[in-house]
Amino acid sequence: MDNALWAFGRMSGVVSLVLFSVAVILGILNRSGRPLFAIPRFSMTLLHRNVSLLATVFLVFHIVALMLDSYAKLNVIDVFVPFLGGFKPFWQGLGTVAFDLVLAVVATGLLRHRLGQRSFRAIHWLSYAMWPIALGHAIGNGTDGTSKWFVVLAAGSLAAVGAAVAWRLSANFLETAKARQGGLS
Amino acid sequence: MTEILHIDWTRCDGRGLCTELLPTVLVRDDWGYPLALQATNGNRSNPAISPGNIEAAREAVHLCPKLALSLVPEQAKPRQ
Amino acid sequence: MTIQEAVGPAVDTLRGSAGTYQLFAAGSNAGLAEHEQAFGPLSLAAIDAGFMSVLGESGLTGRGGAAFSSWRKVAATAQGRGAALLPAKPVVIANGAEGEPLSFKDKTLLAHAPHLVIDGLLIAGRAVSASLLYIYTTPAAMPVVEAAVAERRDARKIKVVQAPETFISGEASAVVNSIATGVALPLDNRRRLSAAGLKGRPTLVLNVETLAHVALIARHGSGWFRAAGSERDPGTRLVSISGQGAGQVLEVEGDARLCDVLSSAGVDLSTVGAVLVGGYHGRWVRDLECRLSPSGPGENVINPGAGVLHILPARDCGLEATARILDYLARASAKQCGPCMFGLPAMARVLSAIAYGDRNPRLVLELERLTKLVGGRGACHHPDGTARLVSSALEMFAEDMKAHLLGTCTRETRSAI
Ligand code: HEM
Ligand code: SF4
Ligand code: SF4
Repeated sequence: MDNALWAFGRMSGVVSLVLFSVAVILGILNRSGRPLFAIPRFSMTLLHRNVSLLATVFLVFHIVALMLDSYAKLNVIDVFVPFLGGFKPFWQGLGTVAFDLVLAVVATGLLRHRLGQRSFRAIHWLSYAMWPIALGHAIGNGTDGTSKWFVVLAAGSLAAVGAAVAWRLSANFLETAKARQGGLS
Repeated sequence: MTEILHIDWTRCDGRGLCTELLPTVLVRDDWGYPLALQATNGNRSNPAISPGNIEAAREAVHLCPKLALSLVPEQAKPRQ
Repeated sequence: MTIQEAVGPAVDTLRGSAGTYQLFAAGSNAGLAEHEQAFGPLSLAAIDAGFMSVLGESGLTGRGGAAFSSWRKVAATAQGRGAALLPAKPVVIANGAEGEPLSFKDKTLLAHAPHLVIDGLLIAGRAVSASLLYIYTTPAAMPVVEAAVAERRDARKIKVVQAPETFISGEASAVVNSIATGVALPLDNRRRLSAAGLKGRPTLVLNVETLAHVALIARHGSGWFRAAGSERDPGTRLVSISGQGAGQVLEVEGDARLCDVLSSAGVDLSTVGAVLVGGYHGRWVRDLECRLSPSGPGENVINPGAGVLHILPARDCGLEATARILDYLARASAKQCGPCMFGLPAMARVLSAIAYGDRNPRLVLELERLTKLVGGRGACHHPDGTARLVSSALEMFAEDMKAHLLGTCTRETRSAI
């Protein structure tokens, strides 16, 4: 039983990480204002949201499983307050920080219409901090952190998200960038 | 009762979600911003939404990444 | 372009056609004593509910450009409080920002007759039971206005606020935004200022000249006001005349003929190529017989807007003058709204290309298309005003346009705008 929980906890963590990578990439795609292949823009927005929520659900699975697990023995305080854990406090603390950030990003995302654009935007940018922290946590804390398949997965995610961020920072990122730079049309 | 889709130009960034959801009401201009196909008294910031489009308009209000859209009852029409 | 000093021209030169001479009756740089001598003291207590109907009968319209019925505006603010148990008290703002580069009549008015404006503000404040009163004006006029306010006991609650010298700073919601946050940019217009403006209170923004007329109407009644002007455009208005000789401010009757106004300013009509009526957001006019009235544009009628009359000498190229103004307007965009921020510079590029020798005939169609594209789309009327100017230039200077496309513009000089 314990072994199953342990395995489930680890796998849901990995799934959550992959989904968060996809969420970040979709967020950036969204921001560019472009549709993806035949998927219209509003569907992209919904996709970004739903993938984010799904990733969060898996993150919760990950945490609950490890709280129930007799080996990891995560307690409620460790879930919310970073760097206090008994086992690899730093790496586990990163996970806690990432979780707190996810809570903030998701909660403000769902309350966007109440909060107003400015606060939403400010908090939402924390996504960019959250993702590498979560990746660090996965590599440093995980039992699989150094196994070959995980390294390949982590490197792949890093390359994908890194490429998306680099594109985000490039001059022609916005769909309408060319027209807005003012060529005579 | 007719409703009006108010575009807050100080917020809109021309991401084009609303134009996809309301193709019979809005198209995109050269720079991506929504362009009301029909003007009311020369004003193209407050297109009227027919009953058939209300659902799509609600969706647009909900999804607009900049919170630039709102539905207003016809009587409370913004100043022009 | 003429920039007036704070003091402005001597008042003797302000007498307009038909000897109309009301707003400046107290003379140059009038202090409180001269003001009360000329107009009599203000009895605020006499302003009661009945004043609203007097204002309605007078037919006074706003002199800041939009020419909206002043009575309606005041009434909307008075009702804007709604039926709440403890309704918020309204705010009245005297708008003297005058961001239009070709307009200087408000600065002149504030320099010579600040007390008339203060009277009007106090009266409007009383009519809507306002608790906050502001005068919003340019740095140049600040000292005069502050001194005038300090001179009066009844003006103690008036706050004088400085307006930045930008084109857009006088737009009503920009005025409210500037006083509230220091940022003189227009606000989204979903909420009406008359219902929720400054600090969420019903807010009335009136041009300073409008308020000066209010002060006279309160003293002399609506019949007196209507004695000048015409049925459709009663009263007098100030105009700023520029483009030939030194800039001048005149007080003229409503519905005056453009040529009469120019003649009384000493303009030699034979040298006039066209007149820009209403300023950078106005229209080019060639028919000097037309009348200046907010009921225009129509048959022989042109809307004077905020009273700007800028003369384009016959030897100057109207396309080039318009291109230069358009360039200014594109840069004056508050860059908040996409169609304005991108559309105006695009229009400016096309018109400049035409004006400075690009002979591609498709440019004209492109300019027409862009002009249509920006209209009615923005938080304020900057795109509309700009589109109006360009449309009138396309109409008035159609011949010049043809000449340019053939590469034969024959005008000698570049205009001074
Ligand atoms: C319910 C949850 C969420 C909602 C409603 C939501 C909504 C949005 C919206 C509306 C945007 C577009 C913002 C704009 O265009 O200004 C956006 C962008 C973005 N989102 Fe989310 N989001 C959610 C969760 C997440 C999560 C959990 C992550 C990270 C793992 C994330 C990462 C991003 C990124 C990276 C961007 C691009 C931001 C930029 O570069 O400006 N989002 N999101
Ligand atoms: S969805 Fe919002 S930001 Fe995008 S174009 Fe429409 S109003 Fe503008
Ligand atoms: S329309 Fe132009 S000037 Fe007016 S608020 Fe928008 S960007 Fe500013």
